[in-house]
Amino acid sequence: MALDTVAIAQSSPDTSQPFAELGLKPDEYARIKEILGRRPTSSELAMYSVMWSEHCSYKSSKVHLKQFGEKAPKSDVLLVGIGENAGVVDVGQGYAVTFKIESHNHPSFVEPYQGAATGIGGIVRDILTMGARPIAVMDPLRFGPADAPDTRRVLPGIIAGVGGYGNCLGLPNIGGEVTFDETYAGNPLVNALCVGVMKHSDIKLAKAAGAGNLVVLYGAKTGGDGIGGVSVLASETFGAGGSTKRPSVQVGDPFVEKVLIECSLEIFAEDLVVGIQDLGGAGLSCATSELASGGSGGMKVQLDKVPLRDPSLSPEEILMSESQERMCAIVEPSKIARFLEICKKWDVTVTVIGEVTDGKHLEITWNGELIVDVPPRTVAHDGPVYNRPLAQPAYIDQVNGQKVNVPIPVSTAEIKAAVLKLAAAPNLADKSWVTSQYDKYVQGNTIQSQPDDSGMVRIDETTHLGVAISTDANANWSYLNPYQGAKLALAEAARNIATAGARPLAVTNCLNFGSPEDPGVMWQFAESVRGLADGCLEMGLPVTGGNVSFYNQTGSVAILPTPVIGVLGVIQDVRTRTPMSFNKAGLDLFLLGDTQEDLAGSEWAFLHNQRVGQSPDADLQREMRLIELLLEGNSFFAAAHDLSQGGLSAGLTEMVLRHKVGVTISLDNAGVNLISETPGRVLVAIDPSDNARLAGLANKNSIAITKLGITGGDSLTINDAVISLSELSTAHTSTFPKLFG
Amino acid sequence: MRVGVITFPGTLDDRDAARAVVVGGAEAVSLWHGDADLKSVDAVILPGGFSYGDYLRCGAISRFAPVMQLVIDAANKGMPVLGICNGFQVLCESHLLPGALTRNADLHFLCRAQEIEIINNQTPWTSAFQKGEKVVIPLKNMEGAFQCDDQTLAMLEGEGRVIARYVGENPNGSRNLIAGITNAKGNVVGLMPHPEHAINELTGPSAQGLGFFTSILNAMVK
Repeated sequence: MALDTVAIAQSSPDTSQPFAELGLKPDEYARIKEILGRRPTSSELAMYSVMWSEHCSYKSSKVHLKQFGEKAPKSDVLLVGIGENAGVVDVGQGYAVTFKIESHNHPSFVEPYQGAATGIGGIVRDILTMGARPIAVMDPLRFGPADAPDTRRVLPGIIAGVGGYGNCLGLPNIGGEVTFDETYAGNPLVNALCVGVMKHSDIKLAKAAGAGNLVVLYGAKTGGDGIGGVSVLASETFGAGGSTKRPSVQVGDPFVEKVLIECSLEIFAEDLVVGIQDLGGAGLSCATSELASGGSGGMKVQLDKVPLRDPSLSPEEILMSESQERMCAIVEPSKIARFLEICKKWDVTVTVIGEVTDGKHLEITWNGELIVDVPPRTVAHDGPVYNRPLAQPAYIDQVNGQKVNVPIPVSTAEIKAAVLKLAAAPNLADKSWVTSQYDKYVQGNTIQSQPDDSGMVRIDETTHLGVAISTDANANWSYLNPYQGAKLALAEAARNIATAGARPLAVTNCLNFGSPEDPGVMWQFAESVRGLADGCLEMGLPVTGGNVSFYNQTGSVAILPTPVIGVLGVIQDVRTRTPMSFNKAGLDLFLLGDTQEDLAGSEWAFLHNQRVGQSPDADLQREMRLIELLLEGNSFFAAAHDLSQGGLSAGLTEMVLRHKVGVTISLDNAGVNLISETPGRVLVAIDPSDNARLAGLANKNSIAITKLGITGGDSLTINDAVISLSELSTAHTSTFPKLFG
Repeated sequence: MRVGVITFPGTLDDRDAARAVVVGGAEAVSLWHGDADLKSVDAVILPGGFSYGDYLRCGAISRFAPVMQLVIDAANKGMPVLGICNGFQVLCESHLLPGALTRNADLHFLCRAQEIEIINNQTPWTSAFQKGEKVVIPLKNMEGAFQCDDQTLAMLEGEGRVIARYVGENPNGSRNLIAGITNAKGNVVGLMPHPEHAINELTGPSAQGLGFFTSILNAMVK
């Protein structure tokens, strides 16, 4: 293909261009021509197509996401908000913490190992780009039915990819989720969260300021992998036939990324960059246009200087390539020598590819010929915005109008069978098969990890300051009521932080949905965003950033609406955290919060193929009082554990198996009380001498408490139902090895 | 008492190892893979990780790093050297220790708290333990299965050069449940599990890993 230059584009306005194949709609193509006053060159077309893709431009979600700004609660902890690579939160003592979740769903279905691996790689670079040392990762995952043949292909590959990449970076994996539902068959969800820490003064932004400053590309060489990944892969529905798009999936090399991290941190420590951006989705197109528009707009880039793994790549391909492990920095000329020296120490390939100008255009040349001449903002930020039609889907009234019809265990034998059935259910079973493939010890600061309610890492060895993170979603509730579902997920994540004694501070999210071109899906999305924004405002937790993943559907079947909510909290002294279980006998076990007959969307209903009824309403005022109770009680709680999926039955199972210390409880209406999933409940164990203190706290915060029983023994005993710990353990731990080997 | 901790590109547990050295009571000295001197250290630790990305074979490239020639020379003269996980693999590739570490029997990366039994407490890295003492420290690796030929195995067992064994079910397919071995002189030790991640109960499964780091201090003071 002959080189298409700006001059040629000007003189050949009628050349036919493959905008549709690149994922652009006719009106979007017309808009590009209007912006430029001519047809785009093929390189410009490549840039606009990837940057205006759903994945990069948020064109279908923008009109809804702005609620996170409009409804933002007053908060003095937010140092950097939505719009940068990741939000940054003040956690005290001069420390800033940055965290974010992103999806890598579609690539992980096509190529599970590499898709998941590069999902970790991408989010880690986002955190690094803020100037932070990445300190932990988490990964909420969702798969098709546990026993489906394709799940056996997808799940082991994804787990190995998450582990293979994260382990090699030396990042502890401190939690996540593994959940199964048939709607995720063909659309597994791979969400990856990374958290990083820095001092306030070290925060870096993506801006190319200062004419004459150099544009420096460093890290891996550019190859032909992942070309058009965002436009072709992430922004289109898979055909039911499932044609593979393997060439669009990136291939990662964690070793290169590990070296890139250490090299970058050394560069940051010497304050050698003015601005920085990683190369992820949309590669150089994204990095150059975002850096330029973050500054005054002017930048010149010599594309032929980009080091290539494959010398046959065309300029369009170089602009679109999503080769991993690359960073783009803006460096003052006086600091470039030291910058190059540090790269040399780490054997990192580094090339000056251009400079910041005092103009307003991003100009890219190829062997001296001008091939891109655009106002960078039009590429990076002024993409199309769609107010897509939305309509409450017909199923809502239908399912909300039905009552859950499931057997309620009554007899002693039924109670025992129900507890064992829930303990072994794939969604609730022990996840060690997964998490033992992840390094949780590296860096030596992991205080809590799976199966604890939240992940917790120490950030200062002297003062013992730490942060806790939890990610949660309840897609069954979101299906029944997306507005409440999002609020309930937020409440659960915040509660999971507070059970350990950490105070919730800020929120990130990864919103996984079907096709935005389906008005019903769009309605689910809009309701979820509205619920989350309202919930965050009510709880006083700012949204720091997030990610939207649309087109998670096969044919006309969309995934359950799955807004994954991540909450970050801070704990002043990690040594004082409340553990999730008790390790001795003779403690009193209490249930905080009262239990209703909330079976809609429950795991018990799921196990009986019932996805009907009305989700509970989120009572965030009560959730906030419960959080205050937990934080105050942290000083004397021996253990605290959140109740969520699987209700009291699952909560008791997880607690007694943790340290193999049983419990004996008596329970009225045991069947419903064991399987109901009323939100806002926590199990706590306390020394009997602290009963009055707990009663005082409960009274002060208006939270109902119920004494269930006493810890000890080698069984979980509920009224007359005695379940030995060994029997319970076998049920709980056999599921994954049986399914996945 | 100065203990060097080597960082190769891709090393992950260097800061953890340095922390354990300090908690154990010695001074930790950072050594870079390209260094041309050992900075007057009294002992050296090769920490865990994926040096050079584990390209080719784990440890196969690291053995040629400039600093390794110095380590090999010093080890042959009796300097205490401890290789943990990837460090163990590097020591095998460097022929300071016999055998090789191959992929775990179930082919998965395995991370868990692992009980091991100290078999030989006569090395400078294990002297703080009782013979037969059982300790719980993290095991985390992909290539952790110790393999060697029958003759080498008989030699290691016969000369008391197995320094630690896994307790219970074999976690990775290692011959004779071997978790760690030493050289003929007893100064070079390779250990698959990670004592540097078990120096307190807050961040590790126990504080029992600290014994490896207090051992070296005792060995030097003597």
